[in-house]
Amino acid sequence: MTKLTRRTFSALALTTPFISTAAIAQEAEVRMYFPVAVGGPVTKIIDDYAAAFEKVNPGIKIKPVYSGDYIQTITKVLTAIKGGDVPETAILLAADLFTLFDEDVIVPIDGFVKTDADKAWLASFYPAFMENAKIDGKTFAIPFQRSTPVLYYNKDAFKAAGLDPNKGPSNWTEMREMAKKLTKKDASGAVTQWGIQIPSDGNTGWLFTGMTTGNAVRLSNAKGNQVSYDDPKVIEAASNWYDLSRVDASHPPGIISWGATPRDFLEGKAAMIWHTTGNLTNIRQNAKFEFGVAWLPGMRQNGAPTGGGNFYVFKGTSAAKQEAAFKFIKFMTQPDIAADWSVKTGYVATSAAAYATPTLKTYTDGFSQAIVARDQLQHAVPELTVHENQRVTKFMNDAIQATLTGAKPAEAAMKQAQAEAMRVLAAYK
Amino acid sequence: MTGSRNSLHAWLLVFPACVLLAAFTHIPIITTFIHSFYSTPRPRRPSRFVGLDNYEAMLTDPIFWKALWNNAVYALTSVPISIALAMIMALFVNGKLRGKGFVRLAYFTPTVLPMIAVANIWLFFYNPQYGLIDQLLKPFGIVGVNWLGTQSTALWCLIVVAVWKEAGFFMIFYLAALQNISPDLREAASIEGTSRWTFFWRITFPLLMPTTLFVMVNAVINAFRLVDHIFVMTGGGPDNSTSVLLFHIYTVGFRFFDQAYAATLTMVLLAILALIAIGQFLLTDKRVHYE
Repeated sequence: MTKLTRRTFSALALTTPFISTAAIAQEAEVRMYFPVAVGGPVTKIIDDYAAAFEKVNPGIKIKPVYSGDYIQTITKVLTAIKGGDVPETAILLAADLFTLFDEDVIVPIDGFVKTDADKAWLASFYPAFMENAKIDGKTFAIPFQRSTPVLYYNKDAFKAAGLDPNKGPSNWTEMREMAKKLTKKDASGAVTQWGIQIPSDGNTGWLFTGMTTGNAVRLSNAKGNQVSYDDPKVIEAASNWYDLSRVDASHPPGIISWGATPRDFLEGKAAMIWHTTGNLTNIRQNAKFEFGVAWLPGMRQNGAPTGGGNFYVFKGTSAAKQEAAFKFIKFMTQPDIAADWSVKTGYVATSAAAYATPTLKTYTDGFSQAIVARDQLQHAVPELTVHENQRVTKFMNDAIQATLTGAKPAEAAMKQAQAEAMRVLAAYK
Repeated sequence: MTGSRNSLHAWLLVFPACVLLAAFTHIPIITTFIHSFYSTPRPRRPSRFVGLDNYEAMLTDPIFWKALWNNAVYALTSVPISIALAMIMALFVNGKLRGKGFVRLAYFTPTVLPMIAVANIWLFFYNPQYGLIDQLLKPFGIVGVNWLGTQSTALWCLIVVAVWKEAGFFMIFYLAALQNISPDLREAASIEGTSRWTFFWRITFPLLMPTTLFVMVNAVINAFRLVDHIFVMTGGGPDNSTSVLLFHIYTVGFRFFDQAYAATLTMVLLAILALIAIGQFLLTDKRVHYE
């Protein structure tokens, strides 16, 4: 893979017309905060991209700062900015758009887009990813490591249960029926294989957005100052989720861990799981059985959230540095890199052009599961993106968790969350 | 003249400590106190004086009350249990025992491990299907309990981890104290024909009181301060059932970026800790016998 990458880069260096060194006379350092918890393969990939960029842009130094998970990274970035030490760029949650806007720390990308090639580049990204990159028509973010959840299923378990292993569930009702058939118990009555497992700790609302979108309802508006947690369809989606364990007993009870879910799937403890495409590479490398990937089964229609991180450019550095950061972002999001990044990590490539590259074509031809997420994008909506995002999202996460643990009925929990959320959002009306 | 020079020397000697304490403890407390009366500054809405608004908001914040209640449960159970356990373990490894060094080491090991590592180990123990706890309880017909994912059990799971982690550390203090008790007392007691039980309650336990006070102050502070495992194991969930005061402060301050409200909550935490510390010293002072 390294060889291929190097060849790709040298080819890029020769053929890519928009990379020129003339524009920036003196050395510009671009610091990029990048959310990664520990060193390892991902930091190596980013370092390689940075080195390749520096090779063709001698005037610019890229300094990646690996800074923990998304929340730690945004905390570090905002703290640094408040301390007067403004980084040039960072990868932060797409959903934190309004948070960064309200803190008044980001600049619109449109200002850097001048040539026709730039305009074509900006228009090349999938619309589902751009929806929560814009405020009032201005683009503030460029999609980089984006994901969407899919349903993974164990084909061996399907065969054992007498189901067609070549077809995942196409809607919620079908998923329920399959899950019941896939749930196995031992002599003592203990479940040895759950039919379906949907993680619910941490970022509970993300997968829930898949259910609400599939139930034909949007959780927030484009202005980011209105949520609809108490919509009857949202409440219905929450109680449908709870019913998988309460009524069908085909889903483990209580709150399910994100971290344990892929492991449970790989161990054969869960026959179907909902999880991010970011886990595709992990599951592919470690599954000892054949597995399939399907769209999230919808209650009324197809639907899924998008998630993951975008590039942002910060206010308060020199124009030359911002320009250099923009150049780097353009480099990092061009089709070849996007394709390479997608193959190596499992993230969804951000443009149709990336899927047309030989790298990604070869990959998807031999591994059709990778194409499912891309095709699902036509039904995807952004994850909840509102003002004071963390706080407003947490109201919903708490309400779903209260529902799933049986502490409160879905209706009461979601209505309370709505009241709390709207009290916070009132300031942004 | 010598008096003033002595006092000058004294001041010079305490000066570094004073500077450090002021810079990292007292001044931050005062600024936090001031911040709690202002709104959080936002670029489009600068900070302004809001009086007691933050405190009023706090009183209507259900998560604050939940965190406070959880913290009370956490402290009132984990502190006595870990102290009692520490004392029992210390008495055990202080007696005549083969492989004493090994047992002491085993008891002390959890203290040496970082909390994050401990939390990850216990995360596996609590796994509802292949976890150790589930395997152990299987013969008793208890299967598939989602320990960390159920509101009624999650907090207790964290308390168990805290006790497991802390007891060994406190044991060391008790062990040191036990070895300072003069063997003459034991001999005199055995000549008098005192039972072991009476000896413990009348001699050993009172002589351990200074240690108990010290350990208790530490344990209570830790009950409010140790939140690392919450991040790893539950993230405060399900539905805030494992959120404690410091965890809530972190969430408000560093996830919601609401510094003013975080400052308000911090003042409450400080007030609680100060009250507990004063209470402990006043109450136990009478009962502590320093040799």
